[in-house]
Amino acid sequence: MQGIRSFIKTFLLWELLQGLWVTMKNLFRPKSTINYPEEKTPQSPRFRGLHALRRYPNGEERCIACKLCEAVCPALAITIESGVAEDGTRRTTRYDIDLFKCIYCGFCEEACPVDAIVETRVLEYHMEHRGENIMSKDKLLAVGERFESVIAADRTADARYR
Amino acid sequence: MWTWEPLRQWLAGLITSYWADPALTAVQILMVMIGLILVMAFYTLAERKVIGWMQSRRGPNRVNLFWVPGLGQPFADVVKLLFKEILIPADANKVLFRVAPFLTLVPALAIWAVIPFAPQRVFANVDAGLLYILAMTSLGVYGVILAGWAANSKYAFLGAMRSAAQIVAYEIAMGFAMVGVLMAAGSLNIGKIIAAQHGGFLSWNWFWLFPLLVVYYISGVAETNRAPFDVAEGESEIVAGFHVDYSGMAFALFFIAEYVNMILISALTVIFFFGGWLSPLDGYLPASSWLAAPSFFWFGLKTLVPMFGFLWLRATFPRYRYDQIMRLGWKALIPVTLVWLFVEGVLLYFHLGPWKGHP
Repeated sequence: MQGIRSFIKTFLLWELLQGLWVTMKNLFRPKSTINYPEEKTPQSPRFRGLHALRRYPNGEERCIACKLCEAVCPALAITIESGVAEDGTRRTTRYDIDLFKCIYCGFCEEACPVDAIVETRVLEYHMEHRGENIMSKDKLLAVGERFESVIAADRTADARYR
Repeated sequence: MWTWEPLRQWLAGLITSYWADPALTAVQILMVMIGLILVMAFYTLAERKVIGWMQSRRGPNRVNLFWVPGLGQPFADVVKLLFKEILIPADANKVLFRVAPFLTLVPALAIWAVIPFAPQRVFANVDAGLLYILAMTSLGVYGVILAGWAANSKYAFLGAMRSAAQIVAYEIAMGFAMVGVLMAAGSLNIGKIIAAQHGGFLSWNWFWLFPLLVVYYISGVAETNRAPFDVAEGESEIVAGFHVDYSGMAFALFFIAEYVNMILISALTVIFFFGGWLSPLDGYLPASSWLAAPSFFWFGLKTLVPMFGFLWLRATFPRYRYDQIMRLGWKALIPVTLVWLFVEGVLLYFHLGPWKGHP
């Protein structure tokens, strides 16, 4: 009996028709694609994108060249050289992040005692020439200045969970 | 009724009246060709759109035409292909490599000579129209086989061999399905096959020849090497099968041939089983209504349904395994047609069914 039933089902293409029904239903479903440049998916305040170095509101660099980020970096993407600044404080003379090595794990951000190195929400960046993958101290500070309001807002939003 | 007479007169004034008729035919052929290529171009877009929607994507929507997103995509594709270099592999058979795309495209276009678009609107009203169609569809295979062989590539050769075996298997089932149609119509002339189905949509062949319709459509999909029978192309197994080594416009010719063949199989399905240019409302509406009259409108509208079916099948089914294709062709489709031909023969002999009074 089972054999006869399955034979008839095969003959009437029953399972094929079921498959066709599934695709036909999907034809009229709302589409899940996002029209990327015009529409964007929501981002978390914890999003880990391009790096930035921050300053205090009075303009003073946050980074104290403790090199914790350099030590924790699993991809060895950070290179720091330190020195004494004019006012006698310990500062970095060189702070490079190789974006090709970086795996965007966020450990540098976690390790930093003064919230100096952070990862911003910026994800749409590109390089056109060799060497542009190295984010030097100037470039990192510039990114930090440009997005300071967003960075500060994200830190406040996430402060409760730290 | 609209006629070609004014255009013929104008051509006769332009050149001599002796050459007016050939010139008129040339104009008509050109119109059909351009129309076909345009339909084919938007068919590729429809394919990408429909398959996209079925997979909850949007499909191409970046190239706008008349403010419709994605409508310009076919033209963008054509421009891209036109400017691409046509590479010829060093070890290829150069003559056959160049000829093969034309060998697939020319039969695909030549078949339209016997397709009636509306009553009396046909290029060649030949009595052996059905045989001509069978012959031409078989010729198209040569292009595929030669393309696969001439490229001197293992992948292309595998694709060509698969396509040859598959088409031999399915041509038989397709031929038998056509035999059923010609038994019902009592003629090989395409116009008469359509005329024999006159009446409302229940007197068309699909009702009495339903198994043959299914067999014909399945083998039509296999004949055009479309998913789920696309082992000849088999992107995931043998790159692109017989046309791996083709690029630019040479590839585009294969592409055009494939899509024109799909439109053709759809048109033939409509002609053989859905009454061609006959109106489905014939007998249900007053005869004076243009909706009840046979016209190109109904032919075109009905052809869109099997055309959509091609895309639907492609979006739904995974590719058949090669031995399963052979089993389906030889062990399922051919026996089904044979049984139904027997049933049909008995019905015809005892004058049962819709074919009473038919010899």
